[in-house]
Amino acid sequence: MAEQLYNAVFIGSIYALFALGFALVFSVLDILNLAHPTVFMLGAFIALFVIGTLGLPWFVALPIAVLVTGLFGIALDRVAFAPLRRRGAPALSSMISSLAVTLIVVRLVELRYGGDFITFPAGSVPAFVFRVGDATFEGIRLAIVVLSVVLMLILTYVLRRTQLGRDLRALAENPRAARLLGVDVDRAIAATFFVSSALGGLAGVLLAFAYNTLDSRMGVPLELRAFTVMVVGGMGSLPGAVIGAYVLGLGEVASLVYLPTELRDAFAFGLLFLVLVLRPTGLLGQKSPDRV
Amino acid sequence: MDAVSDFLRTYSTTIAVIGVSALLALSVWLTLYAGQLTLGNAAFMGVGAYVSALLGRHLDTPFPVALLIGSVAAAALALPLGSIVFRLRGVYLAIATLAFGEIVRVVLLATPITGRGQGLNGIPPKTELWHIYLSVLVVAYVLWRVQGSTIGRAWAAIREDEIASASQGIAVGRHKLAAFVIGALIAGWAGGLSAHVTFSIDPSDFGFTKAVQVLVFAVVGGTPNVLGPILGAGLLTALPELLRPLKDYRDIFQGAILLLVIIYLPRGLVTFVDVRRTRRLSRIGALDVA
Repeated sequence: MAEQLYNAVFIGSIYALFALGFALVFSVLDILNLAHPTVFMLGAFIALFVIGTLGLPWFVALPIAVLVTGLFGIALDRVAFAPLRRRGAPALSSMISSLAVTLIVVRLVELRYGGDFITFPAGSVPAFVFRVGDATFEGIRLAIVVLSVVLMLILTYVLRRTQLGRDLRALAENPRAARLLGVDVDRAIAATFFVSSALGGLAGVLLAFAYNTLDSRMGVPLELRAFTVMVVGGMGSLPGAVIGAYVLGLGEVASLVYLPTELRDAFAFGLLFLVLVLRPTGLLGQKSPDRV
Repeated sequence: MDAVSDFLRTYSTTIAVIGVSALLALSVWLTLYAGQLTLGNAAFMGVGAYVSALLGRHLDTPFPVALLIGSVAAAALALPLGSIVFRLRGVYLAIATLAFGEIVRVVLLATPITGRGQGLNGIPPKTELWHIYLSVLVVAYVLWRVQGSTIGRAWAAIREDEIASASQGIAVGRHKLAAFVIGALIAGWAGGLSAHVTFSIDPSDFGFTKAVQVLVFAVVGGTPNVLGPILGAGLLTALPELLRPLKDYRDIFQGAILLLVIIYLPRGLVTFVDVRRTRRLSRIGALDVA
């Protein structure tokens, strides 16, 4: 039971890190970035490259992967979103352009590493186990949970208390007014994408470390779960996304106990559908969603 | 001679797939034209495919009847679903229909009669090429006529301004629902046809990837008229085949084309074909769906 709970909190933390980046871009720019799962996958593969090819230890690979995915996020915006933003294109366009980037990047990764599951070189990933009574716990999962919570607190602090946070919130409210008020909009957008993608990349590295496995499509299951997390928490609400992530993590682990494995995914999508239909504003959503 | 017949066989499958893609793109075009972004058509395709294949297998239902029942089943599912989800708009509508699609996929995965994860194998190849292309012609013609009718103009009005349309006496909810249900009917039909081309189907054929792919066909082709989705489906389905020698790089090409079209051709490929009409419509600001 304790192990189940521990796993649920771990899964919830990964979902939270992933969904936070997703929700940040959505709340500031109203973009559903379908390349976010790709950034997640890219983080894991950059870590693999640094460890496997450059032969550096994992604690060097982790910050490098986070930095590179953050920079990739800025590039992604310049290539796929900025031209559409300048034209004032509808929301659908940015979903499709991010999808195009996904096609390209996934294929590039597959050209180098193939499409199958791979693992890190033996002994290169941190692994330690601790025991409480009869139960065994993997240490890396505990580290991931703690790290996630700390990062969420930092992000909340930045958004609420710093000038960058005030700029981002102004931008989310009204881009034109933000520019008139002297907000450096381009810098704020770049910061949004950097933070969002760095969080996504971090989630990817951490999950790959925890399971010691990665593949070019590892982000896909998280994409639809991130929708669930955001909708349950309230689209665009960051605290909501965190709560939604843990609700989903707990629910999934519980449903694994009570339901056959084929129905595991049903929980996430059933929850998503129900919340959309019954309470589209989610748990913490303030902005009224586009309802007729 | 073996080489020639092999080549023909490969070729005819591709031609069949292009036609099926065109039908699917047309099915999603309907809702796009009414300004609604839905991603449920892959699931409706799946319903059509499974229902028609199972009817043929277990009840010996004649092929056309099985196809018809399959597509009616998809539409019958779309009716209550649409009445629920069309309370939502924009991204919320897209996500809700996507969630529905995933639920259908999970149900297919968990039900014994649909063969769970293995899907159905050995579906008889009853679909002829002319079945598919006749369907494309009929659907395109009907939609083209509908587009010019009162209903079509109502859809366009809803796309431009829902509240204004409602105030002019257009039954907004019913028109959206009609676009959605007719789209499901077409997608179900396409699913039945395609199941009897491909020999086997499984739940992963009708998931998220397929839903997005169908949308991409329609958007890349362009939504001003029915020609767009057909063009988009044709090009994007044929392209991987044309790029077969560059197999390793074809996703990269496809992604690049997608990116270029969405950034530089907001009205889709149909811009090239129908420049004068597209320009006129774009001047009155009617066509930027994507």
